Amino acid sequence: MIQLNKINTLIPLLLAACMILFSHASQAAIDTFEFENAQQEKTFHELTKLLRCPKCQNQNIADSNAELAKDLRNKTYELVKQGQSKDQVVDYMVARFGNFVRYDPPVTPATIFLWLGPLLFVVFGLLVLIRQIKKQLAKEDNLDDQEQQKLQQLLKQHAKDTKS
Amino acid sequence: MLNKRRVLTLLVPFIIFIIGAVFLATPLLKGSDPSKLDSALVGQAVPAFTLQDIYDADKQYDASIFKGQKMLLNVWATWCPTCYAEHTYLNKLAKQGLYIVGMNYKDDRKKAIRWLKDLNDPYKISLFDKSGMLGMDLGVYGAPETFFIDSNGIIQYRHVGDLNDKVWNDKLLAIYEDMQ
Repeated sequence: MIQLNKINTLIPLLLAACMILFSHASQAAIDTFEFENAQQEKTFHELTKLLRCPKCQNQNIADSNAELAKDLRNKTYELVKQGQSKDQVVDYMVARFGNFVRYDPPVTPATIFLWLGPLLFVVFGLLVLIRQIKKQLAKEDNLDDQEQQKLQQLLKQHAKDTKS
Repeated sequence: MLNKRRVLTLLVPFIIFIIGAVFLATPLLKGSDPSKLDSALVGQAVPAFTLQDIYDADKQYDASIFKGQKMLLNVWATWCPTCYAEHTYLNKLAKQGLYIVGMNYKDDRKKAIRWLKDLNDPYKISLFDKSGMLGMDLGVYGAPETFFIDSNGIIQYRHVGDLNDKVWNDKLLAIYEDMQ
């Protein structure tokens, strides 16, 4: 009985030990970067989210565990630590890997439709709408003089009827 | 008159649809692979570097080795199974007289030398890029990659993936022959 009690107290201890050990191991797998100031750290994190991994196409370099993403993270860290600005680091990457590495594409003749497309769509829709409304209005106004007189008469009649 | 205009306006969405369909279907039908990216360095000189020879750590090379004649720069590693598949074809091209420079990328020197001894060495010069420094500057994102460099040392094309009979004859031979 005493022994069982001992085991019962041991199990939570063992579990706790396991948890501490494993959390330690998983932490060791995350690269540790040290920065001189908070601004550099912020720039680094923004950049790793913004830069796309060329090997693992739909991940940024912060998310990807590919060898190349690690290299790019290290390079980004190195450049940020040298005091380079966000734009300078992005330019460095684009010069080597092309615009593919950017998750926010620049405006170029090939990408202009990303901005103009929706705009054109809205303008086109508005034009169609305006034309439709104009047509409808024109239709409602289609009474000739005789019909107009008749309408006025009917309205007057109606007014009288409701008064009395 | 009114009817004609109506038909024309109704045709607009259809035309937009056709343009969109052609735009999306062309790469599909051509079989282009979105994982193969164009190099950002096409039209530029090979970046400056200093790298050791793979056989001899005392021997160093710089970017001047890429001038004087047109050549291929093949990026490879022993950890890359596709490079193994490609190697026989590189030997074949070398036998045909092509000038090929090899760049061993992020690899182990001993393993690389053994590889070249066992499988034959198709390279006129073998660079050893342990840290991936030149690889980074060339925008290498996997192995194998092959750069086509003209006699002025300007990169004209980058092929991602292995070289084989089909891709060489269908596409790459023409690019190679167009180079000066």
